[in-house]
Amino acid sequence: MSATTPAHLAPPAPAMVTRLDGPAVEQQVASDMLRRALPVAPVVIALCAIPWGLAGAASSAYAVVIVLANFALAAALLSWSARISLGLLMGAALFGYLIRLGLMAVAVIAVHNMSWFMAWPLGLTLIATHLGLLVWELKFVSASLAFPGLKPRPEARPAPLARPARKD
Amino acid sequence: MAFAPLVAQISGADQISFGEAISAGFAYGLAAIGPGIGIGYLVGQSVQAMARQPEAAGMVRTTMFLGIAFTEALALIGFVVFVLLKFA
Repeated sequence: MSATTPAHLAPPAPAMVTRLDGPAVEQQVASDMLRRALPVAPVVIALCAIPWGLAGAASSAYAVVIVLANFALAAALLSWSARISLGLLMGAALFGYLIRLGLMAVAVIAVHNMSWFMAWPLGLTLIATHLGLLVWELKFVSASLAFPGLKPRPEARPAPLARPARKD
Repeated sequence: MAFAPLVAQISGADQISFGEAISAGFAYGLAAIGPGIGIGYLVGQSVQAMARQPEAAGMVRTTMFLGIAFTEALALIGFVVFVLLKFA
């Protein structure tokens, strides 16, 4: 690219050999979601225990584990593939989606004969936890050039410059 | 219809469970198509953005990850319908 060519007219880098060595932002976001889910999960499980009893609570807990494992697996797969090439990132995102859907089905089918399995609390918790965590996480995502992943915590921000004391 | 001779051999309660199994499979399969197209488009555009502007890759990856997760919620709804039809 010549020095005078604007960036938007420049040819893109080859996707099959370009790798991204930056921070693993997906893992940052996913681990933050996991951290936030831990105090909320008992509340969701207790809410399911009210109408459905212990079996409902167990099914709800299982659904929370499935959702968190799904996020963690997606983040791990994307971060790993981004360090190799953009082409692999594309493949990992698409086939990862299929694999994770399959794993979720296997995880549910494997336990559907258990005495504690209940479809309604499991299904409701799956949707509510997945969407709830995502919407909640939007509040903490920065997605800017300075902070590509999460917003910086207040203690990590630089302190404002102190004004010199006036000498009257 | 491909299923007609098969359904004719089944009677009574088996027909209902056969219908439930078929519906559950279709609910899950059809619900996965839309998000699959959506994720493909989303990731394709993101990869193009990262190839054009590698300095913005972190920002694009964060948005892409959240976009994938939101799109996947649609497939998750189909999966829950499958679970409810099959096991509730």
